[in-house]
Amino acid sequence: MDLVVVRPEGLYCPVGDFYIDPWRQVERAIITHGHGDHARKGHTHYLAAAVGEGILRKRLGADINLLSLEYGEKINHQGVTLSLYPAGHVLGSAQVRLEYKGEIWVASGDYKVEDDGTCAPFESVPCHTFITESTFGLPIYKWQPQNEIFVDINQWWQINANNNRTSVLFCYAFGKAQRLLSGLNPNIGPILVHGAVEPLNRVYREAGVNLPHTQYVSDLQDTSQIGKSIVLAPPTAQGTSWMKRFGDYSDAFASGWMQVRGTRRRRGVDRGFIMSDHADWPGLQTAIMATGAERVFVTHGQVHTMVRWLNEQGLDAQGFTTEYGDEAAEAETHLPSADNISIESLVNENQSAEIEISEHVNINKATI
Amino acid sequence: MKAFANLYAKLDATTSSNAKLGALHEYFLAAAPADAAWAVYFLSGGRPRQIVPTKLLREFTLSVSGVPPWLFEECYQAVGDLAETMTLLLPKSLHTSNEGLAEWIEHHLLPLRGLPSELLTRQLLPLLNQLDQQSQLVCIKLITGSFRVGVSRLLVTRALASVADIDAKRIAQRLVGYTDLSARPTAAHYLTLIAPVSEAGDERMAGQPYPFFLAHALQIPTNEFQLSIGQPDNWQVEWKWDGIRSQLVKRDGEIWVWSRGEELVTDRFPELKVLVDYLPDGSVIDGEIVVWKHKKNNVDIALNIANIELSNVNQVQTFALLQQRIGRKTLTAKILENIPVVMLAYDLLEWQGEDWRSKSQSTRREQLQKIVAQCNQPQLKISALLTGESWQDLDRQRAASRNLGVEGMMLKLKDAQYGVGRTKDVGVWWKWKIDPYTVDAVLIYAQTGHGRRASLYTDYTFAVWDASENEAEPKLVPFAKAYSGLTDAEMREVDAIIRKTIVEKFGPVRSVTPTMVFELGFEGIALSSRHKSGIAVRFPRMLRWRKDKPIAEADTLKTLQALLPQASRTNDIVVNIDGIS
Ligand SMILES: [Zn+2]
Ligand SMILES: [Zn+2]
Repeated sequence: MDLVVVRPEGLYCPVGDFYIDPWRQVERAIITHGHGDHARKGHTHYLAAAVGEGILRKRLGADINLLSLEYGEKINHQGVTLSLYPAGHVLGSAQVRLEYKGEIWVASGDYKVEDDGTCAPFESVPCHTFITESTFGLPIYKWQPQNEIFVDINQWWQINANNNRTSVLFCYAFGKAQRLLSGLNPNIGPILVHGAVEPLNRVYREAGVNLPHTQYVSDLQDTSQIGKSIVLAPPTAQGTSWMKRFGDYSDAFASGWMQVRGTRRRRGVDRGFIMSDHADWPGLQTAIMATGAERVFVTHGQVHTMVRWLNEQGLDAQGFTTEYGDEAAEAETHLPSADNISIESLVNENQSAEIEISEHVNINKATI
Repeated sequence: MKAFANLYAKLDATTSSNAKLGALHEYFLAAAPADAAWAVYFLSGGRPRQIVPTKLLREFTLSVSGVPPWLFEECYQAVGDLAETMTLLLPKSLHTSNEGLAEWIEHHLLPLRGLPSELLTRQLLPLLNQLDQQSQLVCIKLITGSFRVGVSRLLVTRALASVADIDAKRIAQRLVGYTDLSARPTAAHYLTLIAPVSEAGDERMAGQPYPFFLAHALQIPTNEFQLSIGQPDNWQVEWKWDGIRSQLVKRDGEIWVWSRGEELVTDRFPELKVLVDYLPDGSVIDGEIVVWKHKKNNVDIALNIANIELSNVNQVQTFALLQQRIGRKTLTAKILENIPVVMLAYDLLEWQGEDWRSKSQSTRREQLQKIVAQCNQPQLKISALLTGESWQDLDRQRAASRNLGVEGMMLKLKDAQYGVGRTKDVGVWWKWKIDPYTVDAVLIYAQTGHGRRASLYTDYTFAVWDASENEAEPKLVPFAKAYSGLTDAEMREVDAIIRKTIVEKFGPVRSVTPTMVFELGFEGIALSSRHKSGIAVRFPRMLRWRKDKPIAEADTLKTLQALLPQASRTNDIVVNIDGIS
């Protein structure tokens, strides 16, 4: 029997009568992690990993009715044995393991296999059925080890600092920002953060994660240091008047989507650092294979592609239609609307060199 | 290779011309002349014949990466660039090669041409394994002939000028024909490009043309002409011919024809080669190559210079016809007979070996008329002058443009020198174009863009209603593809609607439920048997989104057919030529 099915409210466990990361309000919800598309307000009872408690209370309200479990701790609910294991995605992220009459299902939530040092590393959990995300489920997505990326980022910052130019690094405020902080070299200059980032830093520090000293932009005493600093800000800050204070700054964006040049350029930043808190293609494949599962359900991302691929690999794979991914995808891919460079002008500039040559050949474009 | 790949990355990542100029300057300063020679070649649009067919490279990528073809397609759809897709799928490697661009091209890449697929795989993989991802991308783009980067030839010219510390116009002149070298670009070529200016006129190589002088668009109402540009008397007025802008160079007993893309096209136009016996050495003529309907009685005298009769204009055939001829790989006797070309001469750049570009337009014109008359060959005609007592009068004459198959008028200042490129510093040429054709069409297919627009649906196919008698119900027939003209915000809005209305996938193309109407503008229209609608349009683009129009009110195929020029509606040549293919 299926331990997890899709209902209009979210992923549902019929035997245990509870949901995993439901997108509508329900009685009982297990929350894999604190990203907005997975952790929603208004459920009656919450269950989540103990390390993530701070995050959830910060985002959903201090007074939520929350039961927290240590990783690996087992509880029984209506005959279902329920436990949580690290997903390596962000602080407090968990895979949900369900066991009922010898049948084991694991729901991954979002996960990443590389140990990034800011949250408990991904742990492979053997199961019969694995529910996997697929955000970067195409073989073009292959991440570099994070220490190499940190070298690039620090180098970029150092060069800007030498030229007395502020480095602005756009990143998702929860998870990505703290991971980036953990790799910055504080000797280069002051590390400044946007108001959306600092509260989450505090939660990470309280959970025992070592992060370098950060300060609000407005708290920087010695303003002559502004050109030496790096600023971590959420992508939504791009193109807003908040940016004006940095004068002629250099900007960058840290995201797995930066793997593709087109996306990088559309982002309109000077640099794109390819860093994601999701598994890359090899990561997804190894994680899935390592569970030993014969059945796989694929959620948000490249569902169709992954299902077809896994079936070709001899697994029994199907898709689950969920409402995850929206918020994270938005945050990672949205086009800056206040951008002063239009796509059209970019394209035109790019093509201007060809037009003179191909002017007379262009008519072919009208061919259907 | 790595230095060139880094340059590519920098040029690719920025939209600022200054940043690009800086990157080019930095590269040329540091590069070995042999590498710089190839870099100039590629950056100013030079493309060697494709070294490895894309299909082979795709197979190579599949076999190396172990990715099945369907998954490769999915990846390509997400990336939007074939070379980049391949690079992302190939195994990553550390950069170990310290050989430069020239060595890579000449010793590693060019020898790959023509290799059978097994041999290619065996040779290519160890090569690519010496390159980092950035260099692999550039390498693949070079061997598939898809190398392209957002720099204009002008920018390359400016960078070289600053490196060589000489006038950019001088570089432009030396650069003409550079990308057409039948010989490979060498260190010596590059050093000649940036060499200090020598004394005498020994600069010019035998067949070299001059950089073309280009016109600016005149976009003000006719009643403001007088105020802005003065009397018509100060201007030399001609039709704006719709053909191939070219230079005819006659020196040392030889003749060369160059197109505006600075491509040597002599062999494409054998009828012009005949002129070698009739033009004196040291003549360079600027003009337009057009398809010409020679009169049957063969008394095709050189055109009357002062005024042109309509019947003569009607001898110029549509650009679509010329296009068909350009498209042929081999020029058969039949094509030469059915689609003969002539050159309509409108400027004289060199006479008796002397550079005439700094003489006034009217002086050059006067001499040009004499030369054309003396030459007295049907292949060389003068582009006639137009006269009018006022701009309003000329505007009235201009209204006939569409029927005459011309794009409007050209206004050339009588005392203008012949400048370099699109400049105004020594004189000006205006193009006074007719308004584009417009039609309201329905969006029926969409495709994601490439490069910067890889994940947005930005390339659309448009249709009009076909309500001909043999159709029970009116149906939409596609006739044009367009991908420009919308703002960023509109593009995103259209993208969102497309995603919600997709009906079917055909490879990269998505058919959508027709809901959106756009006003399309285009420059030319012609019959075509290769299109479902029987019509081909030229330079289609979106003028605006007609949110106010329901699809039922979009235009019909009849509306389009009515726009066809009188000539092509009855022209039997078109039918003949289509029959050949
Ligand atoms: Zn997440
Ligand atoms: Zn997610």
